Amino acid sequence: MTEFGKNPDREWLKQRIIGVSVCIIFAFSVLFLRFVYLQIIKGEEFRILSEKNAVRLTGIKAPRGLILDRNRKLLVDNRPSFNLKIMIEDAGDLKETMRKVSQMMEIPFEDLMKKISDAGQGAFYKPVVLQEDISRDHLAIIEAHKFDLPGVFIDIEPTRHYIHNKTASHLLGYLGEVNNDELLGGKYPNVKTGDSIGRYGVEKSFETYLQGKRGGRQIEVDANGRTINVLKTVEPITGLDLKLTIDLDLQQTAEKMLADKHGAVVALDPNTGDVLVMASAPSFDQNDFVGGINSKKWKALMTDRGKPMSNKAIQGEYPPASTYKIITSMAALEEKVIDLHTTTFCPGFFKYGNRVYRCWSKHGHGNVSIIEAITQSCDVFYYQAGDKVGVDGLAKYAMASGLGKKTGILLEDEKKGLIPTSSWKKKRFNEPWHRGETLSIAIGQGYDLVTPLQMAVFIAAVGNGGTLYKPRIVSTIEGSQGNVIKEILPEVSGRLPAGVKTLEILQKGLLDVVETDRGTAKRIRLKHVKIAGKTGTAQVFSVKSGEKLKTEHLDFYLRDHAWFICYAPAENPVIAVSVLIEHGAHGSTAAAPIAAALIGQYIHDPLAEEIETKVLEEESETE
Amino acid sequence: MFDRRLIENFDWGFLMVISSIGCLGLVVLYSASSAGHEAGIVSVLFKKQMVWMGAGLIIMMILTIVDYRELDKLHLFIYALCAGLLVVVLIFGQISGGSRRWLALGFIRIQPSELMKIALIISLASAYSTSVSQTGINFRKLIKPAVLSLIPFALIVDQPDLGTAMLMILIAGSITLFVKVERKVFVTLFIAGLSVVPLFWFMLKDYQKDRILTFLNPDRDPLGAGYHIIQSKIAIGSGMLTGKGFLKGTQNALSFLPEQHTDFIVSVLAEEWGLLGVSVLLTFYLILLLWGLNIAYNCRNMFGSILAFGITAMIFWQIFINTGMVMGLMPVVGVPLPLVSYGGSSVITNMVGFGILLNISMRKFSSH
Repeated sequence: MTEFGKNPDREWLKQRIIGVSVCIIFAFSVLFLRFVYLQIIKGEEFRILSEKNAVRLTGIKAPRGLILDRNRKLLVDNRPSFNLKIMIEDAGDLKETMRKVSQMMEIPFEDLMKKISDAGQGAFYKPVVLQEDISRDHLAIIEAHKFDLPGVFIDIEPTRHYIHNKTASHLLGYLGEVNNDELLGGKYPNVKTGDSIGRYGVEKSFETYLQGKRGGRQIEVDANGRTINVLKTVEPITGLDLKLTIDLDLQQTAEKMLADKHGAVVALDPNTGDVLVMASAPSFDQNDFVGGINSKKWKALMTDRGKPMSNKAIQGEYPPASTYKIITSMAALEEKVIDLHTTTFCPGFFKYGNRVYRCWSKHGHGNVSIIEAITQSCDVFYYQAGDKVGVDGLAKYAMASGLGKKTGILLEDEKKGLIPTSSWKKKRFNEPWHRGETLSIAIGQGYDLVTPLQMAVFIAAVGNGGTLYKPRIVSTIEGSQGNVIKEILPEVSGRLPAGVKTLEILQKGLLDVVETDRGTAKRIRLKHVKIAGKTGTAQVFSVKSGEKLKTEHLDFYLRDHAWFICYAPAENPVIAVSVLIEHGAHGSTAAAPIAAALIGQYIHDPLAEEIETKVLEEESETE
Repeated sequence: MFDRRLIENFDWGFLMVISSIGCLGLVVLYSASSAGHEAGIVSVLFKKQMVWMGAGLIIMMILTIVDYRELDKLHLFIYALCAGLLVVVLIFGQISGGSRRWLALGFIRIQPSELMKIALIISLASAYSTSVSQTGINFRKLIKPAVLSLIPFALIVDQPDLGTAMLMILIAGSITLFVKVERKVFVTLFIAGLSVVPLFWFMLKDYQKDRILTFLNPDRDPLGAGYHIIQSKIAIGSGMLTGKGFLKGTQNALSFLPEQHTDFIVSVLAEEWGLLGVSVLLTFYLILLLWGLNIAYNCRNMFGSILAFGITAMIFWQIFINTGMVMGLMPVVGVPLPLVSYGGSSVITNMVGFGILLNISMRKFSSH
């Protein structure tokens, strides 16, 4: 082997360089011949294609996944929508064409021109949507005149269809057209201008599963822009289906009873945390949002005092009122400031310092123990028990019971409520806590705020022996053949801070609320099923002491909120319900019957229908 | 210290060729970057490119001052610096278009993979210059060049930038074949390569296979790369013999071409200037490449010869891949056309290469 050292051998180098030169010249010949082939041999053909811009792409929308209830009943699907579009570059005399379209479609000419100018310049060969979802009649007219309307065409695309109008609107949500920021944000890589994405509810929080993937076609068009040849097709990929935990029948019953009221109903399976019902009233029609809601309807929804766009089950924050006495009982028992036999005398009021705190019963409850106190909801008993535990002690038990923090349900903008502590007040108002305020807290008034869903999770835990579940709304995510892609399993989020004995006492008290004649909810007793629950009446407007206004004389928006939280059957619960009726006045009359009707329907109790009818009748009376 | 002979030996002809291509490139870029703008408005891209070209020319001239043989001594340092930048870009780089290629340095962004091409050529020239022999390179002496090539390849694949990674391998392979390997080494490597590919293939995940298949065959992606190639072919073909005229390309003006100012700029040239315009550009490129080879031949120093060849190979592969791609002969990859495509990193890298070529050319009569 001879090495060259630093200086190359001339002959060797020459031979290498010549070899490389030949390779380069050969490669350039290949390139040149390819240019000759494209520009000379096929040149004419390509010139024609380029002059009419004949080869184009068109998108194919992907159908979104379906949404089913727990029994596989269809809640949301897709239906074909006939969308009227125009390819401006093919339109010829645009104004003339638009004038014709305006006449045939009965749309003002200016509106059409505005849509075209809104679509923006610079986007060549992108169709502009003139009108989505046109009627069959209009479709027939357009089709009949299509040769007079250059550039105008009908695109059949899947659009969202909510099968049961106004049912579970807040839970299911709706779609809206994607905006520029979202497109640039990179969160939705498969979404293109003009596509819709989930804007609310499950449609939003499960967007990535539901949306599917766009397809498209390479097409060849004639001089009028009509497709003469489909060159290649990429089929869209349908989105994944969601199986919810909702029970459609129960949901509809709840919504029927909530109609004309303001409030929320949540029902859970206490053994899994499955959300069986989530209703919020007033509601809205999701189908109004398909293809874009008109501004008049939107304005009406936004200005309605009943806040139809808010999901009160997770966003409504209300004082828990007497339902909070379960927390106070638990804290007092666990902290051993009372036991099963401790009694308190209730004369109808409680003097604390120089102030008098009233019991809701003017005549008083006499000597009461804890079971009696729960059953009759005696305020005086809880003033004293709460005072002994103290505000921070109560807060500790409330927080450990899941109040004052989000439940973690997979819906956007869940509110966490408020459980006050002395340090919170210091921070918030820079004022020390007054012991007197603890008395209000003990009966669920004052700063305390909870959501109906939090109370449902809590009461379910009392019923099931202490397990707090993260509420589950979607159980499985499936492919279009029903093949399970992902299973969302029930998830335990914590345990009630209470021992078996304490829970047994609470359960007994709650059962007596319904099942004894002194109980505050005795009127909702079912035939076979035993319900255990607690009523609550939350003050919205404080009446001057001594004065007692009749509810009917109060302005509607100043009336008290009505609560009822319960589970059934008491001995082995399969359903837990939380009902809040805004300005419903009394928990026992406005909220409790709704819960009882739902339980009765779910567990097939013969009295269920009777109660439901009564609720519906009372409604029409108040009209 | 400075030798007057150097100025006398300055390669004015080569500079003329570079300038001609540069001017041609600017004319095409003017047209490509005016798509979608009103007539008469000089686009920002065009102005920026002028600045890059100017900066490139200055860097090129500066690089002729110091004897290129200094690069031989510094090769490991240069290599380590560029490889270091590649590591940094993987950690701190800006993501654009799904890959991490850019490093933001104050007001400019650099693409370390571009600089790495030059560093790799210098290192390989240095490594091979001491081991070239009549019979070819043996296995043992191939180890160092192999390691030098695979490190940047792996780092660039990781970004991922398949085009530049492929370019690296082609440049390294060209240099290796140029210096000649032993016959048995060549045969062994060839067979080993053939057997490793299927093995490697089975290790890939489905989506990775899909990406590579689409890379090799754009028709698999009719809504993306496949569509771009069709539009590019229509643009090129519709130019016919004499073209549609300056600023008259309809495929260009209506934005039917993707990336018409970078990767698909040849399509704009072909549409507006026809086969005649294309022939002029190809001829200039051919002169440029043969000139580069001539510099390699006339250099009396092994390191310089290999270095000159390596840079010429780098220019060649960019031209060949880019032009082949827009005509549907090559995978769709982001390899810019030297001196014509818009892009600062590309302009600077190529100018650095030309500076080194000029440097070698000037010193052809001095040998150690």
